[in-house]
Parts: sequence; C-alpha cells; structure tokens
Amino acid sequence: MLVTLPPLAWIALFLFAPYCLLFCYSFWSLSEFQQILHHFTLANYAHLCTNPLYLTVILRSLRIAFSVVLLSLLIGYPLAFFLVFHAGRHRVLLYQGVIIPLWVSYLVRAYAWKVIFGNEGVLNTLLLWSHAVSHPLSFLLYSPFAVIVTLTHIYVPFVVLPVVASLEKIPRELLESSSDLGARPWQTFFRVILPLSLPGVVSGATFALLLSFGDFLAPLLLGGPSSVMIANIVANLFGADYNWPLGAAVAVVILVIVIAILSVTQRIERRERFA
Amino acid sequence: MKEVRINFARRPVLLSAFAGCGYAFLYFPILVLIVYSFNRDGVGGFPPRHFTFEWYRVLFADSAMWSAVENSLIVALAAVIISILVGFPAAYALDRYAFPGKAAFQRFILLPLIVPGVITGISLLLLVVSGGFHLSLATVILGHATALTAVATTEIFAGFAKLDRSFEEASADLGANGLQTLWRIVLPLMRTSLMGTGLLVFTLSMDEIAVTFFLIGRENTLPLEIWSRLRRGATPEMNAISTLIFIFSVVAIFISQRLITGGEARSGQVLDVAGATR
Repeated sequence: MLVTLPPLAWIALFLFAPYCLLFCYSFWSLSEFQQILHHFTLANYAHLCTNPLYLTVILRSLRIAFSVVLLSLLIGYPLAFFLVFHAGRHRVLLYQGVIIPLWVSYLVRAYAWKVIFGNEGVLNTLLLWSHAVSHPLSFLLYSPFAVIVTLTHIYVPFVVLPVVASLEKIPRELLESSSDLGARPWQTFFRVILPLSLPGVVSGATFALLLSFGDFLAPLLLGGPSSVMIANIVANLFGADYNWPLGAAVAVVILVIVIAILSVTQRIERRERFA
Repeated sequence: MKEVRINFARRPVLLSAFAGCGYAFLYFPILVLIVYSFNRDGVGGFPPRHFTFEWYRVLFADSAMWSAVENSLIVALAAVIISILVGFPAAYALDRYAFPGKAAFQRFILLPLIVPGVITGISLLLLVVSGGFHLSLATVILGHATALTAVATTEIFAGFAKLDRSFEEASADLGANGLQTLWRIVLPLMRTSLMGTGLLVFTLSMDEIAVTFFLIGRENTLPLEIWSRLRRGATPEMNAISTLIFIFSVVAIFISQRLITGGEARSGQVLDVAGATR
C-alpha cells in the first residue's frame, strides 16, 4: 500500500492544490494598483454574467468544437470502418498511417495549414495559377474555417482509433446472422454495426470535443478576431490583459463546462452499455 | 487483429475512395511542408520551383534554435523520468490494490488528459507564483511532468494488464519478498512497456506548447521558439525544422511500436483514455 503514497503526494501537491488555488483566485480581485486583493468577492462571476461578450465567445467555442467533432466523425468513421472490414493485406500499415500524424507535432501541423491557406499560400497560388480564381481567397486564413480545418486534422486520428477498437469488438457471428436473416448490408450497418460501435464514437468524440473546446493555439495562429475562443480569453487575461482573478474565473467556467460535457457523455455511454 | 470480411454485395469502391481522401487529408499538409522546405522561393507559391538546401543551411547555422532544442531535450528527459517515477507506482496501485478513494485517485491522476492544457498551465502557474518561485526550465519540467504523468500512468497500466501474473506467484512461492519480486521479475517483464511509455512521453514533451506557454521563463523550448517566430510570419526555415521534427516523430513511433508490440499494431491504447477516466 506504501506504493500509493508518492503518486498521492504528487496529486495533492501538483493537481489538487493548483485547482484549489485556481478556485480561490476566481473569488479574489485586482486593486487599482494591479495588486491582488485576497478578499472574497463574486465580482468576477458577476462580470462574466453581465458582459455578453463572454457568452458569445463560449458559444462560438462550442460551435467550433462541435463542428470539429462532426467533421472528424464524418472523415474518421468511414476510415475506421474501412480499416476494420476492408483494409486487406496492408491493414497494419494503413493502421500505422493513422497513428503517425498523431505523433507529428501539433505545431507542425497547424503551421502546415497556415502555409496552405495564406494569401500567398499554396492553395491560393494554385488556384491563381490554374486560373480558377482571379484574386486570392482571403477568407481561408484568419477565420473560424481555418481553425476548424486545422483542429479536425488534429483530432481525426483521436476519433479513428477508439472507433476501430469498438468495431473490432463486434462479434462477427452477429453480422453473419444479420445477413442470414435477410438484412441488406445497409440494414446490417444501421441496425447492428452502428449501434454497437457507438461507445467508440462517444469516447473519440468526447476527447475531440473537450480538447478542441479548450484550444487556444490554433485560433492564435490561424484565426482572426472572428475566431477568438474562450481559452484565448484566459490566455490573454494571464498575459497582456493582466487580470489573474478574472482569468481564473473564466478558467473555472471552462472547467465546469468540461465536467458537464463529460458527465453527459458518461451517461450516454452507460446507457449504451446496458441498452 | 484478424481480418474479417463481411460479404457486402459490392466491392466498397466508394468507401475505399473515401478512406483514400481521409489519408490524403491527413498527409497533404505534411507533404506540403516537406516539399516547400526545399523550395528556393520561400513558403507557398505554386508550383514550387528551384530545389535548394539553403533553408537547411540557415537552420543549422541558427544558434537560438539549437539552444532551444537543447532546452527541450533537458525538459523532455526530466519529464520522462518524473512521469515514470510517479506513473509506475500509480499504475501498480491501480492494477493491484483496492483502496478507499481509488476511483477519485484514478480520476485525478488522469485529469490532465481531458482538461485543456490552458487550465493545467495556469493552475500550475498560480502554484509556482504562490510558492514564491521564478519561472524557469524547472517550472516547465513541472508542467510537463504533471500533464504527462497521466499518459504514463495509462500506458503503464495497459502494460500491467498484459502481464502474466504466474511469474510473480512463482517468485513469491520460491520465497522472494515483494521488493525482490518487483526488482527481479516485474521490472524486467515491464521493460518494453516502460521504454515505449518513455518514448511516447518524450515525444509529447518535445511538442508541448499549451502548458509550457504559461510556465516558460527566459529560456525557450523548441516549440515555443518556433511559436514565437511563427507569430512574426512563416519562413522556409520553419518548414525545414518541421520536416526534421516529422522525420524524428516517424522514427520514434516505429521504434516504440516495435518495443510495445513487436510489430503488431495496438488498438487505440493511448486513445482509450477518454474511456479510462470513467
């Protein structure tokens, strides 16, 4: 039992204590002289509730995150399905092909999209070169579009892997009996395969949703003012806008939303399991 | 990983084409980076012309970049050591014992996997500042270790799950005490799993930005050095360093796959984390 002590101490010191501090800070405030006042106040939360900017940004972040999940599923599910049922001889290689981008630096991939989408980027110059357009498409970069594409690129593998795992767990006899009983392939898919693969879909989607909701790097690198996300606000308040107590309050709100999303998906997954 | 074919009426031409597009989407940006790292006329501009190694020459002469690489190596090595030192006993406890608060213990230690990096970053920043410490590479190491212990714990836990317990029973039957069994049986059996975990943590640490962003002192890590330059604009030198990072990542993944499974692909072990936190 002694073995639990070092990790317990680690958790207490570097996870539990920092979260408590974060929580405390969110109830403190900043004096006129930029000093942190250690008096309990609800002013930060009141500010968050009364200023519509925060709600707008939170809703935008959720919209971007849900778009990322949807796109990742649209690309990732067929890919996973292909890998499990039709990949043939090169299956292992193709599977590795999904894992490799996962190991390739986030920064490298985000930067790649910047190179592609820029005004003098690969895509625009290609379109100009082929005379498809006469002016570069400026909406590509510095827009929510660029942020969504980039985050989708990053989270597709996160969706593919758990879906592959859950598709592999489906007993093959079920599929055979479904077709023996006269179901058409698409009926087998919608009535048997899809429902049984939902746990994988839910766990991949949850991961992609939570991480893209809290992302602040892609919006900084590829997004314009129209794609500021909620984590950017926190980063700014802890940086140039210097107001740690308010920043802590926004962070607590993010944490509450993350936990809320988790408990919903947890419930969905549990229902799937006992259905 | 046995291949089972369902007898769909037609060959899935559409599905195969779609999967092909999926791979194209995953690899197109990486390909673009690599191609343009050899393009004399800089980033973008279609079609690429004039093959050159000039940007690699610029990169190798860039001392700020290499000192950032050095910092990153120090941070990553330290993060690997700490996260395994904490993650191993954590995974061991989760695998072997039932104790009060186990569910909460598991949830907390895996928390950094699902909580956005910005939260881990600022909460550790508050701790460091409250403790009266200055930001330096040490605080970056602390951040990486905290975030990546979650990864190490999941990976090592998966290693324990595959372990054949009969060796340990035999060891105990032959009179070895717990510590001897751990040292002479469990650790050697876990060696490949630990090496794979170390490599994964190393790679993730070399790439970490979100947590580092808040804990960085005067010395930059490689991703933050690249980041600060990217904010000023894209240069082909960034393509060159990205290409090198890509090559290192691919080498690392192949080594780790060898280590962990001996060539057999593993099914979403790292990514089952969303499930593992429940």
